[in-house]
Amino acid sequence: MNLTLKIWRQSGPQDKGQFVTYRVSDISPDMSFLEMLDVLNEELNAKGEEPIAFDSDCREGICGMCGLMISGHAHGPEKTTTCQLHMRSFKDGETITVEPWRAEAFPIVRDLVVDRGAFDRIIQSGGFISANTGSAPDAHAAPVPKTAADRAFMAAECIGCGACVAACPNASGMLFMGAKITHLGELPQGQPERDARVVSMVNQHDHEGFGGCTNIGECSQACPKGIPQDVISQLNKDLRTALKHGR
Amino acid sequence: MPTTTLSPRGTTARSTTIALKLLMAVTGLVFVGYLLLHMYGNLKALAGEEAFNTYAEHLRTFGEPMLPYGGLLWIVRIVLILSIIGHAYAAFRLWSRAGAARRTRYDAVKTAATSKWMRWGGVFLLVFIVWHLLHFTIVKISPNPDKQGIDITANPYQLVVASFQVWWMVLIYVAAMIALFMHLKHGVYSAQQTLGWTMTPKAHGRAKTIATATAALIVVGFLIPPLSIAFGLIP
Repeated sequence: MNLTLKIWRQSGPQDKGQFVTYRVSDISPDMSFLEMLDVLNEELNAKGEEPIAFDSDCREGICGMCGLMISGHAHGPEKTTTCQLHMRSFKDGETITVEPWRAEAFPIVRDLVVDRGAFDRIIQSGGFISANTGSAPDAHAAPVPKTAADRAFMAAECIGCGACVAACPNASGMLFMGAKITHLGELPQGQPERDARVVSMVNQHDHEGFGGCTNIGECSQACPKGIPQDVISQLNKDLRTALKHGR
Repeated sequence: MPTTTLSPRGTTARSTTIALKLLMAVTGLVFVGYLLLHMYGNLKALAGEEAFNTYAEHLRTFGEPMLPYGGLLWIVRIVLILSIIGHAYAAFRLWSRAGAARRTRYDAVKTAATSKWMRWGGVFLLVFIVWHLLHFTIVKISPNPDKQGIDITANPYQLVVASFQVWWMVLIYVAAMIALFMHLKHGVYSAQQTLGWTMTPKAHGRAKTIATATAALIVVGFLIPPLSIAFGLIP
């Protein structure tokens, strides 16, 4: 395959940045998108140019490290992570635009790498369960209804890649937060801190500069794990309950 | 890489963007309730001049002698004024927040049409409401050159008929109803989502159906009287 790539280059957080067009040839349709970028980087290295910086780690679609805006779609045209996206999803001769996630809460570090520390700080502010450490309790000590366990698992699939923020017209982090709130809220261990959790997490979210939710649904469309909109409904309900409890 | 340390800050549920959304949802539902009542009143036009004008007068005498003349009407007006202030306040706060949350636009992403319809459609509806109030409530203007004078403007039924015999008036109102349909179609769904009533995929689908049905019912109900007048079905 021969492709034209229009890639965002930015040397550092203060740099203005611009698109640079590259051509790659003899790309196998079985390569992943990141492998295709590796090939391009090797060529750039050989020519003595600065390689393109992008994030990746497990390359198995489970860590949430990679994430690129590919021709206007977060993680590209398939419902998966960028590392699990293959070049067979593109046409020979196609021009592909590659951009970093764009959100003030995710400042660009370099080229296609953004700092998603805002997500970590949201988790730090309340996305956890305080429990005494020690030996693990018996599995049947805290019964969990099957439906609740299933929903918690579904929400726990969130890998925090940031595609929801990237795809949202308001750059809102509500799907990410909704997934965490639903995950912990469905389980008995999550109950004692439930009100405090939602209030601190949403305040931290707003403080980080994410936008508000307008229920458009672009986030769920972009989510590689297919987290549905109803986790945002859960988040809203939990906040409303906290409001009622005078938080 | 920068470290991720938290600085402690005062946190209440009321200071969040979700609280703003709740304000928007609740005030929006107030409007939906009002629109249904308003639509019912408008449809009285089909029953003729006497039925329509009697209904208009009854709105003023409703609740007498417990309430003064026009008392209920003023209670409704105050609720609506407070609601529109809350609704617009939340909307503009969230709008400016969204703008600040992404200062650099994508090169290859198109903005979702729904969000444009909500925001610019909402602004259009606000302008329309001002015009509509000037037209029928505050100033009572008859745009029909053939039907002028106090006989027309002081008679609600005659003013409605005179107004919608003018083609450009019909056009303004039809345009407003298209904007209203788009606003309600997303808004009614969005309010249910914000209030946390859509916790399952099934409830989600139901919320969307309710929204489209509500929007269609209100818009069709509002369009019947003006279009009937425009096409000469009401003399």
